[in-house]
Amino acid sequence: MSETQTNIAARPWADKDATPFIRIKNVTKKFGEFVAVENVSLDIYRGELFCLLGGSGSGKSTLLRMMSGFETLTSGSIEIDGQDMAGVAPYDRQTNMMFQSYALFPHMSVEKNIAYGLKRERIAKAEIKQRVEEIISMVQLDQFATRMPHQLSGGQRQRVALARALVKKPKLLLLDEPMGALDKKLREETQFELINIQESLGVTFVVVTHDQEEAMTLSTRIGVMTDGEIVQVGEPREIYEYPRSRFVADFIGSVNMFEGQVKEDADDHVIISSPDAGADIYVAHGVSCTLGQKIAVAVRPEKIQLSKARPNNARNILKGKVDEIAYLGNLSVYQLLLETGKRVRVTQSNLSRVGDDAITYEDEVFMSWSGGAGVVLQS
Amino acid sequence: MSSPATPRKTKLPFGSFLERILSKLGLRGRTLVIAIPTLWLFVFFLVPFLVVAKISLSEAMIARPPYSSIWNWDDGVLNLTLNFGNYLFLLEDTLYFAAYMESVKIAFVSTVFALLIGFPMAYTIARSPDSRRNILLMLVILPFWTSFLLRVYAWIGFLKTNGLINAFLLATGIIDEPLIMLQTDFAVYVGIVYTYLPFMILPLYANLVKLDDALLEAASDLGAKPAMTFLTVTLPLAVPGIIAGSMLVFIPAIGEFVIPALLGGPDTLMIGSVLWNEFFSNRDWPVASAVALVMLAVLVVPIMILRKAQAASEGASQ
Amino acid sequence: MKNRSIFLPVVTGLGFLFLYAPIASLIVFSFNESKLVTVWGGFSTKWYGELLRDPQILGAAWISLKIAFLSATLAIIIGTVAAFALSRFPKFRTKSLLNWMITAPLVMPDVIIGLSLLLMFVAMQGLIGWPAGRGMTTIIIAHATFGAAYAAVVIQSRLVDMDMSIEEVALDLGAKPMRVFFDITLPVIAPALVSGWLLAFTLSLDDLVIASFVSGPGSSTLPMVIFSKVRLGVSPDVNALATIIILIISVGIIAAAIQISRSGKKLGN
Repeated sequence: MSETQTNIAARPWADKDATPFIRIKNVTKKFGEFVAVENVSLDIYRGELFCLLGGSGSGKSTLLRMMSGFETLTSGSIEIDGQDMAGVAPYDRQTNMMFQSYALFPHMSVEKNIAYGLKRERIAKAEIKQRVEEIISMVQLDQFATRMPHQLSGGQRQRVALARALVKKPKLLLLDEPMGALDKKLREETQFELINIQESLGVTFVVVTHDQEEAMTLSTRIGVMTDGEIVQVGEPREIYEYPRSRFVADFIGSVNMFEGQVKEDADDHVIISSPDAGADIYVAHGVSCTLGQKIAVAVRPEKIQLSKARPNNARNILKGKVDEIAYLGNLSVYQLLLETGKRVRVTQSNLSRVGDDAITYEDEVFMSWSGGAGVVLQS
Repeated sequence: MSSPATPRKTKLPFGSFLERILSKLGLRGRTLVIAIPTLWLFVFFLVPFLVVAKISLSEAMIARPPYSSIWNWDDGVLNLTLNFGNYLFLLEDTLYFAAYMESVKIAFVSTVFALLIGFPMAYTIARSPDSRRNILLMLVILPFWTSFLLRVYAWIGFLKTNGLINAFLLATGIIDEPLIMLQTDFAVYVGIVYTYLPFMILPLYANLVKLDDALLEAASDLGAKPAMTFLTVTLPLAVPGIIAGSMLVFIPAIGEFVIPALLGGPDTLMIGSVLWNEFFSNRDWPVASAVALVMLAVLVVPIMILRKAQAASEGASQ
Repeated sequence: MKNRSIFLPVVTGLGFLFLYAPIASLIVFSFNESKLVTVWGGFSTKWYGELLRDPQILGAAWISLKIAFLSATLAIIIGTVAAFALSRFPKFRTKSLLNWMITAPLVMPDVIIGLSLLLMFVAMQGLIGWPAGRGMTTIIIAHATFGAAYAAVVIQSRLVDMDMSIEEVALDLGAKPMRVFFDITLPVIAPALVSGWLLAFTLSLDDLVIASFVSGPGSSTLPMVIFSKVRLGVSPDVNALATIIILIISVGIIAAAIQISRSGKKLGN
C-alpha cells in the first residue's frame, strides 16, 4: 500500500492546506482520578484508514468511544466533518462503530441485524431490502442471510458486524479491535479484505488495535498511544524507520539500542561515542543536539550484516561472538555478545538452503551497518 | 448519509411515542425509570416502618383504629405524647423476653442441623458430573416452588401420634409405644430445617462449585490426606457460602409463624406467633408494633452479616 | 477415609428423601378412601370430587389466582425498572436507597411486612380515604412489593451478565434509548422476565402471613382457607388440593426450565 501513497493527492496529511475530516483538539478524559486520555490532538483526513496502536490501558479505546459518543470529554473538542460533536448522542451521529465482541443482536437473524440501523432512518422498505442484499453479497454471506448469530462461525460473525455498520453508509467507521477474536490465518486474509472494502467504499476508517503487524498492514497512518498520550503519528514506514522515541522504536518491531554521547555534530551526520557498543557510531543524518549530549542510537536487527571476515567499507563495524541462534525458516535470528557485554540481535534472510561457511555458535563475527541504518533517539 | 446533518427520525414506534409524551410532561425517561420503583418502595416498604414506629409509641384504646394519636393540635400548640409504655411492657412481662430467646434458640439449632444436612448435599451436587448436576440442583429448588403451607402440613401426617413415622417404627418393632413428636419443639426444628434447606444448599453449592479441582489435587500432592484437605482447603474456602446459607435459614426462622402454629405445641413460644396473637387475638396494635420493632433490632446483626458474606462471595467470583 | 465415598451419597440420598417424602405422602394419601392418614382404605378419587364441590375452596382459589396474576405482573414491571436503573445508570442520588429497599424485603420476616403494610393502609385510609378498606387491592399491592424484590434479583443478575455492547451498538445504529430497551434489552432478558414472573406468581399464591394481615372481608385467599382447615387437623381434601397444585406447578416449572435453557442457548449464553 505504501508504494501507492507516494503521490500527494493520496496523502492529504502531507498537504499543509488540506482540511482534516476529524479534528481532535486537546482532548482529555478522566475517570475519577484516573486519566485515560491526556491532552490528545490529532487530525484525520477523509478516506484514511487510520490505526490507533497501543497496549492495553493506553487510552486508544477510550478515544474511539469518545468519537462514537459513548464517552463524554472531560475537556477539549472533537469535530467531525466540520461539526463539533459535543452533546451529540451516539444515535444522532453519522458515525458507526464495530465492536470487538461484534455485539450481534442474539435474537435477530443476519438480515435483521443488518437492517436494524436502516430501519431507524426514514427509508422505504424496498430500499432497505436492496441495501441489505447488496451489503450481504459484498461480505459474501448470501447463504447465511436468515441464520441466527449463534449459527455462525467467528469469521462470519465479524463480517455481519462489519456489514451492519457499513450498510448505514456512515461518514466514519470506528473499529475496535476488529480482528481481535479471529485466529492468525483468518486474520491475515481478513485484513486485506478490509482494505479492499475500505478503498472501494471510500469511507474513513479509524481502527483500534494492539497488534503492530495489523496496524502496519492496514493503515495509511498510525497513531501510537501510550499512557493516554499519542507519542507519534505517521505512515507505517515512517513509524518503523524513523521512530521518534525509545518507546516507539521498541514497541514496533525489535531494535538494538546503543547508549552514548554526541562526539561530533555536523549538518549531514553525527558521531556518537558509545560505551555500549565499545566503538563510535556514525549516523548519516543531521540531528539538532549539542556536543556531549546523552542520546541513543537505534538499529533494526535486519539492517545489520554478519560476516566472518572484516568488511571493507562499512561505516559501522562491531565484533562479537555468536551466543544464540534461532532458525525461523525464512530467516534466522542471531544473538551476539559484544566484548562490552552488550547483546545485539541480528536477523539474516536464509537465502540459500545451507551454506558451507554458515555462521554457528561461538564463532567470532563482524556486524556492520550503513550510516543510514541507525536512528538517533533523544527521548 | 441519506439525511445529512439532521438528526434521524424514526417512524414513531411505541418507544419514541412514549418518549414524546414524557418529554411534554417535562420528564426525562431516566428520571422516570428511577422514580417508579423508588416511589413505590418508599410508599409501600419504607413508610410502613415509620408508621409501625409511630404506632409503637401510642396507646392502645378501644376505637377505630385501636390506638391513640401521638400528636394533637390544641389551640395552636402541638402536643406530642410519646408512650414508651409498650416497650417497658415488653421488658416487664417475661413472656416476651422468653419468646425472643426461644426464637433465637430454635432458629440457631435449626440452622446448625440445616448446615449439617445441607453441606454434604451441596458438596455432592457440586462435585457430580455436569449432566447430573443440573438435575440434582433442580430437585433442590423444586420443593421451594411448591406450596410452603402444604409441605408443612404434610409433616402433620408424618409426625402425629398415629402418623406415618410412628406406624413404621411400631410395625418394625423398634418402639413399643408411639413417640410424641407433633406439638413439640422437635417438630418445629424438623419443619424449619425442611422448609429452609434449599436456602442453605443453594449458596453453599454456588460457593463449592467454584472450588477448583486442582486445589484439592495440589493439597493431596503436597501430602494432605483427604480429611486434612477438607479441613484446610475446602472448608476455609466455603466460609462465605456457609455464612450466607446459615443467615438465609436463621433470619426467616426467627420471624416464623406458620411452622410453630402448625407443628409446635402450646409451649413453643416464638416471637412471630406472639406478634400474630397480639395483633389478631388481643387487637393490641401498639404492642404488636413494639414487638415487630424489637424483632427487627434482633435481626439487624444477622442481616448485616449476610450482606457482608454475599458481598464477599460476589467479590471472590469476579 | 474409605467410607467417605459411601457417606456422601447416603447423606445426599437421605436429604432428598427428607425433601420429597412429605410431598409424596400428600399425593399418595389424596387417593386414600379412608379419612385416616395412616390407614390405607383403598384407592379412591372421592376427595377430588369433594374438593370440586367445595365453593369456599374454589372461590378462594380463584381469588388467589387473580391476585397472583396481577401482583406478579406488577412485580415484574417494578422489578425490571428497578433492576434496569441499578445496573445501567452509573450513579444517581437515591441509588443506595433504592438498592437497599429492593433487597430488604428478601430478608424481612413476613409478619413484619404484613403488620407494617396493614398499619400503613389503615393510616392512609384515615388520611386520604384510600384504600377504602382492605381486600384484593391491598393484597395485590403487598404481594407486588415483595414479588418485585425477588424479580429484581433475577433480572438484575441477567442484566449484569448480558453483553452491554449490544445495547451500545443499537444506540450507535441510530436507536434512541427507550427504543433500545424495547428492541434489544427486553428480548434478551426475556427468559429472566419469565422466571421472575413465575417466581413472583408462586410466592403470591403461597403467601399466608402477609395476606392474612392485609386482606379484608370476602378476600380470603387459598392459603388462608387451607390454614384454617389444617389447623383443625389432617383433612384428605386438602391432600387432593395439594396434589393438584403440586402437579400444576411442577409441570409449569419444568416446562419453563426447558424453554429457558433452550432460548438461553439460542441467545448464546
